[in-house]
Amino acid sequence: MSKLKKLTQQRLFLPVFCMLLVLCINMIYDAATGHAFYNFFEITMTNDLLNGRIINILNRGSEVAILAIGMTLVVSASAGTDISVGSVMSLCASFCCMLVAGFGVSSVGSAEEFAMPLAVGLIGALVMGCLCGAFNGGLVAYLNIQPMVATLILWSAARAIGLLLCNNLIVYIRVPEFAVFGGYLGPIPTPIIIAAVCVAVTAVVLKKTAMGMYIQSVGINKRASRIAGLNSKRIIFTCYLLCGLCAGIAGIVASSRITSADSNNIGLDMELDAILAVALGGNSLGGGRFNLAGSIIGAYTIQAITTTMYNMGVPSAVTPVFKAVVVILIVAVQAPPVKAWFKKRAAAKAVAQKEVVGV
Amino acid sequence: MKAPANALKERKQMNSNTMLLIITIILFVILYAGGCIAYASKGFTNLQTFLNLFRTNAGLICVACGMTCVMLTGGIDISVGSLVALDCMLLAYGMSEWHMSAPVMILLVLVIGIVFGLFQGFCVGYLEIQPFIVTMAGMFFARGMTAVISTNQLSITAEINQLFYDLANFRIYLPFGGTVNRAGKLVMPYIGVGVVIALVVLIAIFLVLRYTKFGRSLYAVGGSEQSAAMMGLDVKKTKLKAYVLSSFLCSVGGICYCMNTMSASVSQATGMEMDAISSAVIGGTLLTGGVGNVIGSLFGVLINGTISTIVQTNGKLASSWPNILTAALLCFFIVLQSVFARIKEKSK
Repeated sequence: MSKLKKLTQQRLFLPVFCMLLVLCINMIYDAATGHAFYNFFEITMTNDLLNGRIINILNRGSEVAILAIGMTLVVSASAGTDISVGSVMSLCASFCCMLVAGFGVSSVGSAEEFAMPLAVGLIGALVMGCLCGAFNGGLVAYLNIQPMVATLILWSAARAIGLLLCNNLIVYIRVPEFAVFGGYLGPIPTPIIIAAVCVAVTAVVLKKTAMGMYIQSVGINKRASRIAGLNSKRIIFTCYLLCGLCAGIAGIVASSRITSADSNNIGLDMELDAILAVALGGNSLGGGRFNLAGSIIGAYTIQAITTTMYNMGVPSAVTPVFKAVVVILIVAVQAPPVKAWFKKRAAAKAVAQKEVVGV
Repeated sequence: MKAPANALKERKQMNSNTMLLIITIILFVILYAGGCIAYASKGFTNLQTFLNLFRTNAGLICVACGMTCVMLTGGIDISVGSLVALDCMLLAYGMSEWHMSAPVMILLVLVIGIVFGLFQGFCVGYLEIQPFIVTMAGMFFARGMTAVISTNQLSITAEINQLFYDLANFRIYLPFGGTVNRAGKLVMPYIGVGVVIALVVLIAIFLVLRYTKFGRSLYAVGGSEQSAAMMGLDVKKTKLKAYVLSSFLCSVGGICYCMNTMSASVSQATGMEMDAISSAVIGGTLLTGGVGNVIGSLFGVLINGTISTIVQTNGKLASSWPNILTAALLCFFIVLQSVFARIKEKSK
């Protein structure tokens, strides 16, 4: 009993447990439909490229993982979520494609040339992401507006601005160099590498500098950190800036995957995935201590859930239902009244046990 | 000596709140007058154009009223757009595939609204989860459920349900303000059933907020939860009721919306939550709760409607402009509120 309790109190328990649960469901489903139960884990080389469901999940989950990095920081520092990430992704992708393909041109026929060097487009997208992040951060940190209300503005506007930039068209870029970011680098899918680099850089920065501790302390008590000499506002601002940057990177990956800027569909519902990843990672949505590894595992777990559902033939428009239910369950378990109720019950049980022993 | 000073301060505070409302009304008048001047030749000055603002936004008015109630408690409800889509889909699918009668389906939609609100209200009030998270999950849930019912585009025609069709196309002509059309015939301006429903809802919520115990407790909870609890108000129950009211009004709005579009699809009413929130905020409802009025929200809706009417009348502007302009206005008013709040804090 106590061992079980110790296990459940591990910080990474929730994400790892969910991941294992999804894997088990997949194995059972495979076995039930007559495939070998290890079908899920099989990795093969097709045409010199890695292939298999695990690779697929890692590949497709990259965007969510990248977004989850930024979202974790934002949630930790400001006790609120950035719901604009999906739209900002779309805006960055549109901006990148607009720069590269020329303003508002759907160059289906003559898409062999860039209007501008690729680097300009990429840097432009990242700068645009940072700008959006700075806008959100400015509203939240310096004007004291609730995070979700502040990000609501871009949630609605960013996608529309993206459409405007692309002249309401889907801008195609048919140049192989651009497709690399969503394609393959050697035998390994590039998005996996990009996500890994992002995670590694963030982890090193958080470990080697005091940034991680600052963010946590601001999240736990803004005023106390201010008195302790931290510039709380600037730290919150930086978190939103980084979240915007992450959205920019994710946007580039997403648009490179389809070698075009589809403003209406890139990053659609991605904010729910990112928030779900943070919640699944065992982070409290109330701010404070955070756990980056948990969020990343959470992100891939969500992708695993999505892939599993596609595998079982659930239409893509229906998957949000399951995700919404999971979010509510996770958040409800973390809610203070529920926690208090569990504690009370445990205490009552302990008292009852003592009484039994006493008799 | 102290009492009059306090009263003076109070009056000052009231002024800064009514100031937001006045700004809103002035903004609407300027926008509409600008539209009249720029597009007078395209019929912008007709009374019918003004009434069309109500006709096309009847659903939004109901939804914005509900949103105002929730925002008064300091919460927010972003599930409304998806819930409207779910309502439309249920109405269309129920009448075309299940061959139910219109009153039964309308009743079912209203009940679903209440149940939805009960669940959200329970999570926010009793489980103390952030309203944003709860209603965001609700948003995706409702949108997903719409897809579960059907992913096709459905439309409601006279063959499917005569009663609903007649109800939607019923015109109430006004006795004044007619215009002569191209054929030389005098056409009286008219409104639909949806407008009547929306106005009734608006007046009802206005009276509830101003004169009933429930309405006043919404303000009290939004002003300060702790003080409200100390006064003996049941904060949790009040919040629950607010969310039930919001989802119920959202269902009413969904029916009005459906009467206007006479169709249903998964992607319907996307961004409606944004319109409702921005209407309420533009109308002077504070995001922190405790201050606000449905009359302001009505003007917020009218401003949003005017913006999209101007863009449509122009005909050359991209369809994403109303979205951007609404967001810009929302941003402007949020910043304005924050500045007002800061001034108030300093004057204390």
